[in-house]
Amino acid sequence: MKNLVLVLAVTVVLVFLNFLIPTLINPYIFQILILCGINVILAVSLNLINGFTGQFSIGHAGFMAIGGYTCAAITFYLGPHVANKAASMGLSATIVGTSFFVLSLVAGGLASAIAGFLVGLPSLRLRGDYLAIVTLGFGEIIRVVILNVNAVGGARGFADIPRYTNFFWVSFFAFVTIVVVRNLTSSTHGRAFLSVREDEIAAEALGINTTRYKVLAFVIGAFFAGVAGGLFGHYLMYLHTNSFTFMKSFEVVIMVVLGGMGSITGSVIAAGLLTVLPEALRPVKEFRMVIYASLLIFLMIARPQGLFGMRELSLQTFRSLPFRMGKKEQKGPEKTRDGTRFQKRRGTKVRAPKRLDHS
Amino acid sequence: MQEFLQQLVNGITWGSIYALIALGYTMVYGILRLINFAHGDVYMVGAFVAYFAARLVGAPGPVSPIAAVLVLLIAMGSCALLGVGIERGAYKPLRKSPRLTALITAIGVSLLLENLGIIVFGPDPKFFPQIVTPRQMELIPGVLVGRHQIVILAVSILLMLLLQLVVLRTKIGKAMRAVSFNRQAASLMGISTDNVITFTFAVGSALAAAAGVLVGLSNPKIDPLMGIMPGIKAFVAAVLGGIGNIPGAMIGGLIMGVAEVMVVGYVSSTFRDAIAFALLIVILLVKPTGLLGTGMAEKV
Amino acid sequence: MSWFLVERVLFLFGRVEQEVKMSFTRREVLKGIAFCVSLFAVVLTACSYLSCAKKSEEIRIGEFGSLTGTTATFGISTKNGIDLAIEEINTAGGLEGKLFKVIVEDDQGRPEEAATAVRKLIEQDRVIAVLGEVASSRTLAGAPFCQNAGVPMITPSSTNPKVTEVGDFVFRVCFIDPFQGKVAALFAYDSLGARKAAILRDIKNDYSVGLAEFFATTLVSRGGKIVGDESYSEGDIDFRAQLTSIKAKSPDVIFVPGYYTEVGLVARQARELGIKAPLLGGDGWVSDRLIEIGGAALNGCYFTNHYWEGDPDPAVQSFVSAYKKRFGGNPDALAALAYDAAKLLVVSLKTLSSEDPGAFKTLVGNPTARTEKLREEALAKLRDILAVTRDFPGVTGSINIDEKRNAVKPAIFLKIENGEYKYIGKVLP
Repeated sequence: MKNLVLVLAVTVVLVFLNFLIPTLINPYIFQILILCGINVILAVSLNLINGFTGQFSIGHAGFMAIGGYTCAAITFYLGPHVANKAASMGLSATIVGTSFFVLSLVAGGLASAIAGFLVGLPSLRLRGDYLAIVTLGFGEIIRVVILNVNAVGGARGFADIPRYTNFFWVSFFAFVTIVVVRNLTSSTHGRAFLSVREDEIAAEALGINTTRYKVLAFVIGAFFAGVAGGLFGHYLMYLHTNSFTFMKSFEVVIMVVLGGMGSITGSVIAAGLLTVLPEALRPVKEFRMVIYASLLIFLMIARPQGLFGMRELSLQTFRSLPFRMGKKEQKGPEKTRDGTRFQKRRGTKVRAPKRLDHS
Repeated sequence: MQEFLQQLVNGITWGSIYALIALGYTMVYGILRLINFAHGDVYMVGAFVAYFAARLVGAPGPVSPIAAVLVLLIAMGSCALLGVGIERGAYKPLRKSPRLTALITAIGVSLLLENLGIIVFGPDPKFFPQIVTPRQMELIPGVLVGRHQIVILAVSILLMLLLQLVVLRTKIGKAMRAVSFNRQAASLMGISTDNVITFTFAVGSALAAAAGVLVGLSNPKIDPLMGIMPGIKAFVAAVLGGIGNIPGAMIGGLIMGVAEVMVVGYVSSTFRDAIAFALLIVILLVKPTGLLGTGMAEKV
Repeated sequence: MSWFLVERVLFLFGRVEQEVKMSFTRREVLKGIAFCVSLFAVVLTACSYLSCAKKSEEIRIGEFGSLTGTTATFGISTKNGIDLAIEEINTAGGLEGKLFKVIVEDDQGRPEEAATAVRKLIEQDRVIAVLGEVASSRTLAGAPFCQNAGVPMITPSSTNPKVTEVGDFVFRVCFIDPFQGKVAALFAYDSLGARKAAILRDIKNDYSVGLAEFFATTLVSRGGKIVGDESYSEGDIDFRAQLTSIKAKSPDVIFVPGYYTEVGLVARQARELGIKAPLLGGDGWVSDRLIEIGGAALNGCYFTNHYWEGDPDPAVQSFVSAYKKRFGGNPDALAALAYDAAKLLVVSLKTLSSEDPGAFKTLVGNPTARTEKLREEALAKLRDILAVTRDFPGVTGSINIDEKRNAVKPAIFLKIENGEYKYIGKVLP
């Protein structure tokens, strides 16, 4: 009951924001928020696969493409029929249109989920690096296949997609994605995902069906990526496979890595940051990608756990703030007698590693 | 029949290129268990260095064979340095980190090289000077083999034989094999793993550079993004042959080249890039260790 | 921060042990969040501030193109053409004393970036017209926003017929693929005497795919036969497999409607494989680099173009020399079309300013709440003027805009002989 009230409340707030925000900021920035929302859905769904279940997938753009094209194909080809039917039955066009849109989004998501299932199957036998390449490969294969389907435009791209995406739908689905993934990961299933990530053999030995959970992660992650793709298509009103190359997959991976693999808050914030950053970097557009790449390398060396690591930001954090303010930081390398901050010789001190090494 | 033989010639030529690049992947993976995504971009840098070096020695214009070899060596040398630099700068700090971190860093280095290439070399494709004058020879009636295709084949075979020699008959080669077998035990035996890893990267990068130069010869258009697809395909070739296995990489490369050309020639050219991935998925499902690879039991 | 970098460098030399902290305190979490939020805020403020610094007495034109990415040369050529045109106009005093300002946005060669770029130009920079793009896929991504916002858009080089079908605010100054493909096929059949043709198209490029289709349809309806239909992907460097397959079918001509980047190599490899048939292509061949990449292999090949830099017409020659002086190197068709598009826009604005000075004034500088409505009407008037363009003297030929907002222009056939372009003829629509 409490949850239902919460969901309704959030929906109302989002509808309100949908009409309020455009009056406050200029429409271009408002559209950036929509892109942020789409990226949030992508990042959180990828985090489920990469971060929580430890399956390194870099083909997320492929799922997005399937969802986007399926959804667009449904609204483009079936939309007019449904509209006619509705008109002849005397129903309001906008309500029918919007509900049909939501249904087609779900359909797109389901199509992606099926693809996720098919991609998840080989993941059973493959470890990290191989899986990464296979998912990359699937992403490319999906793209090449779509490129050859003339019904959705092929090399010409799919134009004249009706405009259905607005701030409300994007933020609503972002909210849904976050809630679903959050609930999933803080349940027993979530523990199963984490156990698959930490040590698959041990998990299997403890009776957890790792196969089932790996595939489940792919299916759910792909579903939301498909929804994001549908929203994307109806925002851009035009779809072309050039938007779904492995560069796109890498970008989502960077978002997840930056935010912290295993942290939903991290993904959300990183998605927002990395949507806004390219816009901010417009003055130095030639160096944009160089900055991105250097950022990625720097991040991996300096702070591989990303911004949030595996921690989340919850109400609890804020509530317990007053009590935590005075806590001292953990110390890094000790100061030696002459005040320098690092050790002079290699490996003089034998330290017990903080985590068990998986080498 | 002629068409088939011609396609075979095309395929073997490409296969040797893939083999050269795949060798770098397979050696690095064998030692560090890292897929060096940046390897394809080292291939690109090799082609560009050779482009500039060739212009230095007088191209476009007739170039003596010695100068041509010099261009090749310059390219190989500078890429060896580049490979060592990448290893020291980006991969070494992550030796103790989880493999995923290193993989992401590799992707980052790859992106960095590509985009730096675009900024430094310009995004437009450049025309690689013809340091080997093209001439067609008709071995079998109807099957034309270009002079540069023969050069590619000859140089590739030579380099691969050299590599086999180094790996099987020298001390450093023995050290490489030891380190790829078990890094900790090798270091306990007194082998300087850092040096071996550096050497491996240097050799792998030099081979990729050679591939870049050879490709520039026969397909004289080079641009900063030319390394992406060949890099991925060469990786697939390495997996096909059994990653970590040097003869496997060579065979994998050849199979990859021939398969691609055959599919494009006889089936459909739209699936040229997809064939690589399809092959990969098939091999990983059927025999994940690759053709010549040996399975390693995972210790619990 | 500097300590950190020093530590990094020293680590490279093996002097320091790396200690990676795997957990962090609440304080760090808060610091992190504060950092992100402030970064976000700073960035947003910077964005809006930067774009607020506008001069009030200038006429703003927007341009979007692929300045980075695989097709960067197209975007840069286009930008050069537009820059040259606007500079010439500004040096001559602008229009009614008001100078033009071109705001350029990069779309990185990606459709969604094109859409974002166009939105930014319309909504943030409040441009009065948008010029762009070369690739139809990116023009198609940006066009709906121009149409919805009532801002005229002129594409210099997109040839996909769908582009102008988006709406009445979208124009183009080049011919469209159906026309180009048709004349190429007729040329092949009538002038070259080809009865059997093979096609090698770029499957990733809608321009190439479209052109190939139109060529095939016309050739077949004329009585010819398509004996081979192969494809490659933009960026490929090896076409021997496809060419070997084509060779086996012995075509009289090979139609290669791709970009110059691949065409040069295709020609080379075709000759290496012993294929004697001439190659025929479209305006994607046009570039300084074509002959450099293709070399002697291109001799005896033909292609259609919008213009020819050797055209003795003084207007063309003065454009070529001005471009050479400003940018070095010969202008390609993309630069020439962009130049024409920019000049056409300015000329139309001039017409507007003489017909309706009040409307023209609303297009200058920042729009205010008061002038918003008037501005919309002025833009609609601009659109109407563009729509009835007749005999506009462009360097790419005389431009007439038809009722579908496409330019009705002749196609020029060029032959490559001894490394030079030879003018063969003009085909009128």
